[in-house]
Amino acid sequence: MADKLFGKAMKRVEDPRFITGTGNYTDDMTLPGMVHAAMVRSPYAHARIKKIDVSKARSYPGVLAVITGQEMKDAGINGIPTGWLHPGIKTPPHYAITFDKARHVGDIVAAVIAETRQIAEDAAELVEVDYEPLPAVALGSDALKPGAPAVHDDVPDNVCFTWSIGDKAAVDAAFASAHKTVKLNLRNNRLVPNAMEPRASLAQYLKASDEYTLWTTSQNPHIHRLLIAAFIMGIPEHKLRVIAPDVGGGFGSKIYQYPEEIIVLYAAKKLNRPVKWTARRSESFVTDSHGRDHETVAEMAVDQSGKITAVRVDTIANMGAYLTTFAPAVPTYLYGCLLAGTYTTPHIYCHVTAPFTHTTPVDAYRGAGRPEATYLLERLVDVMAHELGMDPVEFRRKNLIPPDAFPYQTPVALQYDSGNYEANLDKALELVNYKALRQQQEEWRKQGRYMGIGVITFIEACGLAPSALVGSLGAQAGQWESALVRVMPTGKVEVFTGTHSHGQGHETAFAQVVADELQIPVEDVVLVHGDTGRMPYGWGSYGSRSAPTGLSAIVLATRKIIDKAKKIAAHLLEASPDDIVHEDGKFMVKGVPDKAKTFFDIALMAHLAHNYPADLEPGLEATHFYDPKNFVFPFGTHIAVVEVDPDTGKVKLLRYLSVDDCGPVINPLIADGQVHGGVAQGLGQALLEEAVYDKEGQILSGNFLEYTLPRADDMVQIEHDHTVTPCPHNPLGIKGIGEAGTIASTAAVANAVMDALRPFGIVHLDMPYTPEKVWRAIQATKPLSQAAD
Amino acid sequence: MYTAEFTYKKAGSISEAISLLQQHPDAKLLAGGHSLIPTMKLRLASPPALIDISKVAELRGVRLEGDHLVIGAMTTYHELETSDLLKQHCPIIPQAVHLIGDPMVRAKGTIGGSLAHADPAADLPASMLALDAKIKVQGPGGARVIAADNFFTGMFSTAMQEGEILTEVHVPVRAGARMAYAKFPHPASRYAVVGVAVVADGGSVRAAVTGAGEHAMRLSKLEQALAGKPLTAENITAACQGLLPPDHLNHDLVASKEYRAHLVDVMARRALMQAAGL
Ligand SMILES: Cc1cc2nc3c(=O)[nH]c(=O)nc-3n(C[C@H](O)[C@H](O)[C@H](O)COP(=O)(O)OP(=O)(O)OC[C@H]3O[C@@H](n4cnc5c(N)ncnc54)[C@H](O)[C@@H]3O)c2cc1C
Repeated sequence: MADKLFGKAMKRVEDPRFITGTGNYTDDMTLPGMVHAAMVRSPYAHARIKKIDVSKARSYPGVLAVITGQEMKDAGINGIPTGWLHPGIKTPPHYAITFDKARHVGDIVAAVIAETRQIAEDAAELVEVDYEPLPAVALGSDALKPGAPAVHDDVPDNVCFTWSIGDKAAVDAAFASAHKTVKLNLRNNRLVPNAMEPRASLAQYLKASDEYTLWTTSQNPHIHRLLIAAFIMGIPEHKLRVIAPDVGGGFGSKIYQYPEEIIVLYAAKKLNRPVKWTARRSESFVTDSHGRDHETVAEMAVDQSGKITAVRVDTIANMGAYLTTFAPAVPTYLYGCLLAGTYTTPHIYCHVTAPFTHTTPVDAYRGAGRPEATYLLERLVDVMAHELGMDPVEFRRKNLIPPDAFPYQTPVALQYDSGNYEANLDKALELVNYKALRQQQEEWRKQGRYMGIGVITFIEACGLAPSALVGSLGAQAGQWESALVRVMPTGKVEVFTGTHSHGQGHETAFAQVVADELQIPVEDVVLVHGDTGRMPYGWGSYGSRSAPTGLSAIVLATRKIIDKAKKIAAHLLEASPDDIVHEDGKFMVKGVPDKAKTFFDIALMAHLAHNYPADLEPGLEATHFYDPKNFVFPFGTHIAVVEVDPDTGKVKLLRYLSVDDCGPVINPLIADGQVHGGVAQGLGQALLEEAVYDKEGQILSGNFLEYTLPRADDMVQIEHDHTVTPCPHNPLGIKGIGEAGTIASTAAVANAVMDALRPFGIVHLDMPYTPEKVWRAIQATKPLSQAAD
Repeated sequence: MYTAEFTYKKAGSISEAISLLQQHPDAKLLAGGHSLIPTMKLRLASPPALIDISKVAELRGVRLEGDHLVIGAMTTYHELETSDLLKQHCPIIPQAVHLIGDPMVRAKGTIGGSLAHADPAADLPASMLALDAKIKVQGPGGARVIAADNFFTGMFSTAMQEGEILTEVHVPVRAGARMAYAKFPHPASRYAVVGVAVVADGGSVRAAVTGAGEHAMRLSKLEQALAGKPLTAENITAACQGLLPPDHLNHDLVASKEYRAHLVDVMARRALMQAAGL
């Protein structure tokens, strides 16, 4: 048997098809008789729809139907529900096609179905909508002002929900008796997810069997099937198959149930033709759920000894016009519960107000709540360290949760199962040579060069679990995962997972683990995912859950296979199952290596069942449903080094180093890749990206000419290493790594930029640190060094 | 498949292109397509016909003719960037071109397309002004030459007339001239927020800026301040102050008028420092 594959930097098996353009994405598919949908979208953020005249569009040659919201409502199609509820939450209906009012730019007011996409788009321009534009509100805090225009008539104050966690009285008392306090008003900028593949959906209806198939860009096809079947369209769940084929990136934005999926399903039945819709990039900008968008007052208190005694946070979290699938969970349980970070802060209180606004809905975007929490906490820590005259690293060290404190109960519900933060910090400091960096910074400052160093430590809670807990917190979904491992007569293995890979390399990493467990060549294993017609059930991929939850299920299923294989081997070898060992790819009688059967022998006999134990079922497959005992808690230290050009305000990244702890690393190539991409995304938020709305609710940065994504030349070669602290409660000790880079890097880069600007006396700026913003801040001050000479 | 429908014609020569333009009212010339096609996809333009001149042989290539270089309008950025003649006699063009877009854009985009399009944020117009280039156009009534100084007349507008084709760019060769282009790219589009081109020849400096206003323009205040002066760091720094009043400058999400005005000073200084080898 070959060496273990766990830990090997295997090249991804998915890459040949992706990089040769032979992947199979939704938009690549063509079905016989297929027709095309184009959406008519509101150009206004808020408008009453007085009249829709579809006659011109309907009579345009090649047009098959023009569908309105009223038609769909009359046909009994319900609104799209949210998947997470808080006590008292307002859940106004979200119809796939709106019929009374448009509530954000891009809200769908009609859909045109035509023989070709060209005709559909041409005809969409002919739908005449008589709008009465109404005043709109884009900023969360503006939506909460008295007299602000209401997004939904039945929520006149725009408050979707309020939420809080922690002991407010204890926190207030800690502030009252604090040695020092700091307070920051910060804005966590709104981001557009921008997956490389735009969303697309293709629906087919088979009249004879009354069955639907939906191919769609999804991270979690079962969630779509459940929502569509049970809530929105009333299709019996077994009559709807949802397939998420190759998906080109999601970052959260492809978790949600979107209107277009409902529209193509409805149209496919209405016309009895397959219907496809693919987003144009300009549609993606205004309809893929956005991320972040917080306005926050954050405070920290310390005692005489420099120990953090309390953190108090008040956040306005913009929900946008409608609640998408997990929106209510993001600025609450994925945010407030993370405010202990890596620190021993005894008292934490977080209050959140979530208003509706006339903007694109906001939901989970890579990191989801945790980047927001990490950013504000690590900003507070740096500002406080400076206030205390302490090196920010030493201030952190003083407050880190010590390794012997685990399991560690935070004051905000989470119980961290394991961690070793200081060792991780020290490793990063040593790799980056922190002391030398600080010296270099001193020297540069004397020369009028402004280097900044941002060091942050972070934890993330991912792999939400167990199901009973998340259910008690408001989830309308389970958070366990299923696996089906099916061995074929030839010994080849199909592994079915309810998680979905859309860039994470599961087909490679999961196969490595299965090959190890079954002691077979990795080429003999194929991972099947993304099809409700093929896997038992599953909740999909988000929140870095696929490895800790999905792969754990797979491992436990493979162990059932091995147990059964041992029984078959024992029968064939005329031994007791207890005497069978699974070694070197063989099942053999302990101590008698030549009495052995290969995996192939066993697989074949399991299917032939000719010479077979009387009391054993034939076949060789196993299903496992795995509900984790707790979240997993990856952590790490990220260090950014930047230089600010005081002439232009431009920030340049000089170095980026991370030491992540995601437990044992299955495939370092993939794990590092996840960190690299995540770091770039987080840097994007800190330096470049912002969905800017004007007062009328128009997005001003709604295309790639204005919205700045990070590019290769914005990045540096990332220096990356690991520490390994296994998770104590899953079979492999693994933790997630998909979001760590994004959760950490925004804060690290932000702290670095603020550190660079310290000689100017600048304490805080809101992201993104665009050149003009930084230049203006510098203009408003005078560098201390220059003032001195 | 996003554009409206249009007819496609491929011209084999300048004269054919001119007559095709006459036959197809409201037709557009197609060069590299890197400005035209995106606007058509967004349906900001829906010309009924495109006349492709990108492969017309007489419109391509760089050659030396006496005291000036002749650049065919359909010469691609990539060809400009790698032209030995330009590197030797007019290095500012390869330098500026290298900062345009990405390799794909440079493989297709052309100097003629860029100048004819006259995007206020395009890079090459600044160098054309600083080099005192002449732009040759040809129409049904014959050919004429327009000085770069008179060519750019507004946002996306030039001194060319309906039916005319930009055929050549003539750049005087100045032995010993020092030249450089400094660009502050838009972080998203990478077009010039501000780009300053300078050509220093003997005691005189020609300088021009793109991105700052409605079209590329000379920086006469800078030229006057440096006239007859050696290009020392002190002289350069002193000259690059308040070169343009902010009032009439462009403003957008990336740069306000005031910031743009400041960037003009900074980019002018950087271009001059580079030209002077400082
Ligand atoms: C991603 C991207 C990034 C870019 N970045 C930059 C950048 O950083 N800096 C920059 O300067 N530009 C940039 N551009 C624009 C690019 O330089 C264009 O190629 C250029 O502006 C137009 O040249 P073209 O050959 O593609 O012309 P086309 O797009 O084919 O034509 C442009 C216009 O000029 C007309 N036209 C073309 N040729 C002639 C002619 N001979 N006579 C008369 N009219 C003519 C056409 O009819 C059309 O109206 C970018 C473009 C893209 C897509």
